[in-house]
Amino acid sequence: MASSTRFRLPLASRLAAALIMLGVSLQPAFANSVQEAEKLLRQKQPQQALEQIDLFLAKVPRDPQGRFFKGLILTELGRVPEATSVFQKLTEDYPELPEPYNNLAVLYAQQKQFDKAKTALEMAIRTHPSYAVAHENLGDIYARMATQAYDRALQLDSSNIGAQSKLNLIREMVGNTPRSGSKPGSTSTLAATPPATVAAVTPPVAVTPPKPPEPAKTAPPAATATETPAAPPSAAAAISPADGAAGLPVADITRTVEGWAAAWARKDVNAYLAHYDSSFEVPGKKSRKAWEAERRARIDKPGAIEVRVENVQVSRDGADRVKASFRQHYKAVGLKSSTTKTLLLVSRDGRWLIQRERVGG
Amino acid sequence: MTAMRYFSGRAVARVLRNALCLSSLIVPLAIGSGQSGDAVRYSDSGPEPMLEQVFRQIERNKLGLALEQVDALLQIWPNFRLGHLIRGDLLMARSSALTTIGNAPNAPEERLADLRDEAVARIRAYRDKPPVDRVPRYLLQLQASQRHAVVVDTRRSRLYLYENVAGQPRFIADYYVSHGRLGIEKMREGDKKTPLGVYQVTGFLPPERLTDFYGAGALPINYPNAWDRRQGRKGHGIWLHGTPSDTFSRPPRASDGCVVLANSDFLALNNHLQGASVPVIISDSVEWLSLDDWQSERSEFNKAHEQWRSDWESRDVERFLSHYSARFSAGKKDLAAFAAQKRAVNAGKKWIKVGVDKLSTFRNPGREDLVVVTFEQDYRSDNLSNRMIKQQYWQREDGRWRIVFEGEG
Repeated sequence: MASSTRFRLPLASRLAAALIMLGVSLQPAFANSVQEAEKLLRQKQPQQALEQIDLFLAKVPRDPQGRFFKGLILTELGRVPEATSVFQKLTEDYPELPEPYNNLAVLYAQQKQFDKAKTALEMAIRTHPSYAVAHENLGDIYARMATQAYDRALQLDSSNIGAQSKLNLIREMVGNTPRSGSKPGSTSTLAATPPATVAAVTPPVAVTPPKPPEPAKTAPPAATATETPAAPPSAAAAISPADGAAGLPVADITRTVEGWAAAWARKDVNAYLAHYDSSFEVPGKKSRKAWEAERRARIDKPGAIEVRVENVQVSRDGADRVKASFRQHYKAVGLKSSTTKTLLLVSRDGRWLIQRERVGG
Repeated sequence: MTAMRYFSGRAVARVLRNALCLSSLIVPLAIGSGQSGDAVRYSDSGPEPMLEQVFRQIERNKLGLALEQVDALLQIWPNFRLGHLIRGDLLMARSSALTTIGNAPNAPEERLADLRDEAVARIRAYRDKPPVDRVPRYLLQLQASQRHAVVVDTRRSRLYLYENVAGQPRFIADYYVSHGRLGIEKMREGDKKTPLGVYQVTGFLPPERLTDFYGAGALPINYPNAWDRRQGRKGHGIWLHGTPSDTFSRPPRASDGCVVLANSDFLALNNHLQGASVPVIISDSVEWLSLDDWQSERSEFNKAHEQWRSDWESRDVERFLSHYSARFSAGKKDLAAFAAQKRAVNAGKKWIKVGVDKLSTFRNPGREDLVVVTFEQDYRSDNLSNRMIKQQYWQREDGRWRIVFEGEG
């Protein structure tokens, strides 16, 4: 199904980072309960799925994964106020997770509370600037708000025009246990339902370079039909890649990034962790030690990992710091992602070490 | 922070700029701003200053700021449809390029065009305010009891309110107005046109007596006036009135011939007028004169009028009749009949005294060089005296002012 890519991409793209931040370590038994509920929902048995997830949550009431899934089931059951409340609480307990914000926004949008939806999506994007689904949803929110405004302007009623693009509910949160047998790219398990139809794949929102400002008008142009000549193509944007790279240790950095990815892929945790500087900004409120333990557990899990980086862009970020942005292709059992990642690297005795790791450009 | 696509507001800015024909505005603006002192007298009570800010931000491609400002504007005027249209555009700009004002897909083109026209009219009126040191050519002389005068410019969709300060019109406020859907120069009933001419308010209709459509009330004017009737113009019920409660303003050309103001503007106007029978001059394009030019036009006409008065007193009937046009008529009398009567009456007079009081003089808008004079005439002679309110239409013929029509005002 074409739609799968759409939410799969951001989901998977966020895998690594969110794992780090969340510290989600699902015990197999619990995970199975969630999986069981997921299966039931897939089989169009939302009521049973809800019972299953409630059982699970009785044991682990704060589990974000389970609560998230409960929100989904409630949404499916049309119990919007409850679903809203579940996602709302998740955003309060885990403000760094974009998925609950996104789904909260979808629910608000269903109720035509576009301003609230917009705020929630902006929060999702604030936590993860490269979160494509939230961007797309935000675009849709703007389009709907525009339609609303146009309706008021033109005294129209477009509410019955259903042709507008639909907002996407996120079906999964990071940290799902691998599902054996699920083909890559087919993680879309829930049948598309009216409130949360998954729309066709659209390219992620791109940032267009800001247009150069128009010269201030001291005297308005003559009142003819002649149009003001278009501003010359932005020369500033064109020169930066070449000039900016001058004097940068691009080859060194690229080698470092590739080494880091390779260590990760071959599950050499020690080599992997050695890429992180002592000043590394540990995500979340964890200690360095806890974070390392978590990473070790994650990476050590059975199954092959594939990590590839491409298109490494290096820019300077201070005297002895550089920023490396690249495309990261990650593949593990049942998970696949392509995402943009940015590492902040600091020079230490001739080596480049990671000071900050972020998903997004 | 957010990776949003902001498309250029330049297309919108260009639409505006071209529509505004800005070059034609430079001269009056320059003159106006040269006279500093009074420059702050304009009452910017309407949405124009904020609308101007919104468009300025759009021109600078600061669409986020523009959206903030349009939101603020809609807080104040929630029924301002043009505001919603621009808001729609600014939201739309986050996902697709703007090409014009009003990018609503599948919207009725007519309504979009109406709102675009309103945008242009409002912005143009704001950027092209009448210079403070100039007066509308039409207000040649206001009599003392006329505290105010109203001048409507249909092309600019603007109503200008003037105050009579020692015989000189002084600008008070201006408001956006709508006029006839099918334009101007009303001729017959149902033609959906607004009449051009010199009128006066004949009363006030409170909202209780009207449907919601007329909003805050109505000020009927005396269309068709004597001159209109002479020209065979028909129809009735031309009012200045407000807007329905769900509508802040209507498009520039929207009414069946009436002049429509936003309710808040109507109330402000009505508050100034205080029930007085104010003159209302409706023009398709107001001409503004410097005080010098205004004075010279005024004194030139007053001289002609004074000549007429003194020639009447002279009892030289031919000199008196020379002030009348060959096309003259008064009631059912044409010039020949009028002249014959004057000759007969004047023959036996020993003396005539003609007093002119409470003179008001308005230039009629339009191509014809026409001036409407209303005054109290105190006529006394050895065998007959009377007082009446007289109204005359003077027209310039071959460089001379002549009376083409007169009757009781």
